[in-house]
Amino acid sequence: MTGGKFFPRWRGRVGWGPKLLGLLAVAVVAILLPIIAPDPATTNVAVFTLMYVGLATAWNIMGGYTGYISLGHAAFFGFGAYSLGLMLVHLNIAPGYGPFFLVPVAGLLTALLAVGIGWIALRTRAATFVIVTIAFMFMLQLLAENLVKLTGGGGGLGLPYAHDWTGDFFNTPYYYAMLALAVLALVTSWWIRRSKFGLGLLAIRDDEDKALAVGVPTRAFKLTAFVISATLVGMIGGVYAYYVTYIYPQFVVDPLIGISMVLMAFFGGLGTLSGPVIGALLLEPAQLEFAYRFGSSRLYLVFYAAIFLVVILLLPRGIVPSAAELIARWRRRRTAGPAARAPDAPKPAEVAS
Amino acid sequence: MSLLEISNLSKRFGGVVAVDSCSLSVADRSITGLIGPNGSGKTTVFNLVTGFIPRDAGEVRFKSRSIGGLGPDRIYGLGIGRTFQLARIFPRLTALENMLVPVRRAGFRAMLSHGQWRHERDRAMEMLDFVEIAHVAGTVGGALSYGQRKLLELAAVMMAAPELVLLDEPAGGVNPALLEKIADHIRKLNQQGVTFLLVEHNMSFVMNLCHEVVVLHQGKAIASGKPKAVRENPAVLDAYLGA
Repeated sequence: MTGGKFFPRWRGRVGWGPKLLGLLAVAVVAILLPIIAPDPATTNVAVFTLMYVGLATAWNIMGGYTGYISLGHAAFFGFGAYSLGLMLVHLNIAPGYGPFFLVPVAGLLTALLAVGIGWIALRTRAATFVIVTIAFMFMLQLLAENLVKLTGGGGGLGLPYAHDWTGDFFNTPYYYAMLALAVLALVTSWWIRRSKFGLGLLAIRDDEDKALAVGVPTRAFKLTAFVISATLVGMIGGVYAYYVTYIYPQFVVDPLIGISMVLMAFFGGLGTLSGPVIGALLLEPAQLEFAYRFGSSRLYLVFYAAIFLVVILLLPRGIVPSAAELIARWRRRRTAGPAARAPDAPKPAEVAS
Repeated sequence: MSLLEISNLSKRFGGVVAVDSCSLSVADRSITGLIGPNGSGKTTVFNLVTGFIPRDAGEVRFKSRSIGGLGPDRIYGLGIGRTFQLARIFPRLTALENMLVPVRRAGFRAMLSHGQWRHERDRAMEMLDFVEIAHVAGTVGGALSYGQRKLLELAAVMMAAPELVLLDEPAGGVNPALLEKIADHIRKLNQQGVTFLLVEHNMSFVMNLCHEVVVLHQGKAIASGKPKAVRENPAVLDAYLGA
């Protein structure tokens, strides 16, 4: 049962020293990556991978902690993208570092939208909630397509292009922006999990009515988690828009983006801190590789579906909880000695008789 | 003086009148039993008092203050705790985490801080120790035995120091040895000043433990008083035996 907890037991046994050292190593690699591997092909993969680390982590704050599965988070991604794009265009912001400072504003606008959507969607539970989030996403997509005067409709919206950044350097500012947002999402997720607020969210996931009975203001908690999650996703959408410089309704309010972040969180381990990170680190580069190899064919979608099936079949709780359980079992066996192994593995003769 | 005052409370579900202009009161620092045949509206009264379902008519007062119309979380915040039929705990949280979930009068800042947990944790361990399940503090709720879940639910509801606790079948599905322990815990908490209102079918449990008994029949309180007097009340016998 150890794996079911947020902090699997085996992690508790690792001291702070090795943990900090590991974290430091990851941080050094993350910070130095554009210097170690400056070619645009690599940094492009890194930008998208970090984008999904942030998205999956942000989604997990709502979907993993409270158990409310939103399949419509692409709405917030697209809304953040259009918010930043429209601000840059209408406020005549010069390309360069300036646009990055408007990313929090895009996040704030997304937060306002999330308050409204959350207010309505969170009146429902379970499957109904899933459907309502999908419905809102398609509504937003339709709006982006049809408010032609505002968004440019299906013709897309062009953002200012940073001409000054050339060659190997072009991706670097976006890389650090995505890194900053991924770290922000992770710190937020970590902080929430350690707080009484986070414990309340997990209680809602386990038994919402019981949580209400012991004083957890479930509505306020769910809405707060939803808005925090959406805000982070909106900000990431903003950076994405500036990175790709041209956005279309169907490619930013894209169900695939919404499903990808969910799949990554599931794959790594729902409701864990590191699960969504691991899911994104494994799946996004693989997805980009597939998309690259098979060109514009949508074969990589088959690959995605296959992963989903494998996860459901073999790792229904995701990599992190399953690995934690394996390690815990291995430790138990090691401490118990070989004698303890015997009952688990009956000899063929015993099975036969 | 009565801590909880219910007057003319009514609730109907479609054509069924579950609670029918029911009036009863729970004396401060008492252990009051709410008994009645199946379907007499006992659990509905609990759900109405704790705000889980809205009332159709009537009034609920706690410490002379009207609490009708408030949500369950607010009512818990005012000092009314409850347990559920068939012990409900958080299955994927550890016993200790289960103890730390209850929230009362906490500001937004407290919600996001980690600092004051040490104090709460100490109190949680004390309570777990009190119900004698401190040894499973690190075990997830789903792995606990039914008896341990019952004790955990009782201990957890006490975390926010409620003045009144509603227990829905505290003796249900529990072996006699544990039953005695649960009665003992309730008595001890009562001596510390906690008032209890409990729904129970186990009559010897009710008669031994309760100071006052209220009998519900078809959504109405038909009798109340000392256990002995209520047991001999002809109206009560009628309700139970259907004479």
